[in-house]
Amino acid sequence: MSETLPSEAQPAPPTAAEPGRDDRNISGVPIRLDGVTKRYPGQDVPAVDDVTLEIAAGETVMFVGPSGCGKTTLLKMINRLIEPTGGRIHLGDEDVTDQDPDRLRRRIGYVIQAGGLFPHMTVATNIGLVPKMLKWDDARVAARVDELLDLVGLDPDQYRDRYPRELSGGQQQRVGVARALAADPPVLLMDEPFGAVDPITRQRLQDELIRIQEELGKTIVFVTHDFDEAVKLGDRIVVFDVGARVVQYDTPERILADPAEEYVADFVGAGATLKQLTLTRVGDVDLLQPTTATVGSDAAAAVAAAQAAGDDYVVVLDRRGRPISWPTLAELTRSPTIPDTVDERLPVVGMRSTLNDALDTMLAASQGGVVVTGRRESLAGVMAVETVMAAIQRTRSGAAG
Amino acid sequence: MWDYVVERRGLIAFQAFQHVSLVVQCVLLGSLLAVALAVLVYRNPTATSAANGFSAVGLTVPSFALLGILLAPFGFGITPAVIAITFYAALPVLRNAVVGLAGVDRSLVESARGIGMSRVRTLLRVELPLAWPVILAGIRVSTQMVMGIAAIAAYVLGPGLGGFIFSGLSRLGGANALNSTLTGTIAIVLLALVLDLLLVLVGRLTTPRGIRV
Ligand SMILES: Nc1ncnc2c1ncn2[C@@H]1O[C@H](COP(=O)(O)OP(=O)(O)O)[C@@H](O)[C@H]1O
Ligand SMILES: [Mg+2]
Repeated sequence: MSETLPSEAQPAPPTAAEPGRDDRNISGVPIRLDGVTKRYPGQDVPAVDDVTLEIAAGETVMFVGPSGCGKTTLLKMINRLIEPTGGRIHLGDEDVTDQDPDRLRRRIGYVIQAGGLFPHMTVATNIGLVPKMLKWDDARVAARVDELLDLVGLDPDQYRDRYPRELSGGQQQRVGVARALAADPPVLLMDEPFGAVDPITRQRLQDELIRIQEELGKTIVFVTHDFDEAVKLGDRIVVFDVGARVVQYDTPERILADPAEEYVADFVGAGATLKQLTLTRVGDVDLLQPTTATVGSDAAAAVAAAQAAGDDYVVVLDRRGRPISWPTLAELTRSPTIPDTVDERLPVVGMRSTLNDALDTMLAASQGGVVVTGRRESLAGVMAVETVMAAIQRTRSGAAG
Repeated sequence: MWDYVVERRGLIAFQAFQHVSLVVQCVLLGSLLAVALAVLVYRNPTATSAANGFSAVGLTVPSFALLGILLAPFGFGITPAVIAITFYAALPVLRNAVVGLAGVDRSLVESARGIGMSRVRTLLRVELPLAWPVILAGIRVSTQMVMGIAAIAAYVLGPGLGGFIFSGLSRLGGANALNSTLTGTIAIVLLALVLDLLLVLVGRLTTPRGIRV
């Protein structure tokens, strides 16, 4: 087995976390796969062939590889939706290979595409399923449901009694994540969860997941076919080949900079320089601080302030400090007070979005910049397209040098 | 005919009640048996085709013939009537329950198992509720059908409105023969409509808003 693992490809033990991350709150447990094999009946070649892998507590590990290489099979063996033909699976210090699968699964969150929500149950019932099975009392379940809806950014009063079909795809996916987190499991398994939503929604969901994970520190195993997504979300990435052969297991930075084999280089793709944009977060670059004005305040004062600062637009905030539009000064002079019109096309990204996301958002909105939001969707600043261009220049010259 | 009905309103009401009671009980029993059988077969393609074949062929058995056959072991009375009516009641429900259960999105079943629901809990909480509208449609078909079949139960001296039809038919041309047959037939049609409305109401009340069409 050792020959399938590139030297030093095993992750560092959980104690040796990366610099700057060791203050993180970790509620996850490590996962250890030991010679795990799956041979489907009637197949000569195993779908998963003798995989040994260690996933550190509190890390997000991304499984990438071509379709049919065994990612889903390997993932489902962790919660024993698929029974391994051979090998052992450990969660923390426990060997769970022979544990009662139903009990095991209540300790492992599981999210699939479109959330897998039950259409005949309300959002609250869906989220409360696992706590109910664990015999929590009703009041505790209800409180937990509200807490989780809050966590995934849905207003409990508005959403708890809705049915899944009354939600957008992105909202369903949020509820799916909330349901998986309901009983506070140490491990979260996600199988292409954001595969069925549009790119803008996917980017939002990714940002949310990063935020939630920073708060909770679960051990997350995430299957994706999108390498950008892997780079953005993963602490580490496992690149698989057929039979779930581990070709490279390393941080996104290292995989991009130093692909272990030709195979990985091909998989990462030709745009590796541009992919570096996926490594830089919006929060890592200097943001512009625009002139702001609150809804209902005096428009002339805002225009004067913007002119004094040399800005030709103003970011309008609602009463909770969230950006809702960015009119030009010419547009503002048309009314005496700041209008409360919400610009549906306002390009917004979060601090944890990548420069790649920001560029996509600008292009989709045909704008020369994006509004950046931080905690509770409040304004963090504005990023101009020039900032992204400068970053591309830097990585270009860095790659050349 | 009006006088005929008014004169015998007590008997008609009693036989109508007997008729409906027989049908409702047989449909309930038949549906339970059918759903149980569907649960046993729907995951297995061979068993599923066998069940579908059984319900298709079963529906072609003439009810008169079946009652006649049942007379031999059970004699005249309620038993052969109940067996025959339950048999016919079960068939449309069986077909629909198999279709309904097989039609439940596999990813939802996997999702249920993935969050730690047992097989049985998945069946009770996810699969049967999602298949319920289709099963209920089968129960409606079956109720309509056995309202008519139950009339033939009078042939084996079973209870119900069939008595009016048979006694009328046997005395055709005699006094009130036509009235008797018409009364039985019209009462059955009316009751069938009422039962169907009730089932629609049951459907409204038991189908969660999330999957109502
Ligand atoms: N239930 C199954 N029965 C038989 N073969 C399967 C089953 N599920 C997956 N496979 C096969 O196992 C291999 C790996 O599949 P999968 O784990 O779904 O790959 P991935 O998620 O990487 O696309 C594929 O060749 C697939 O055809
Ligand atoms: Mg897959």
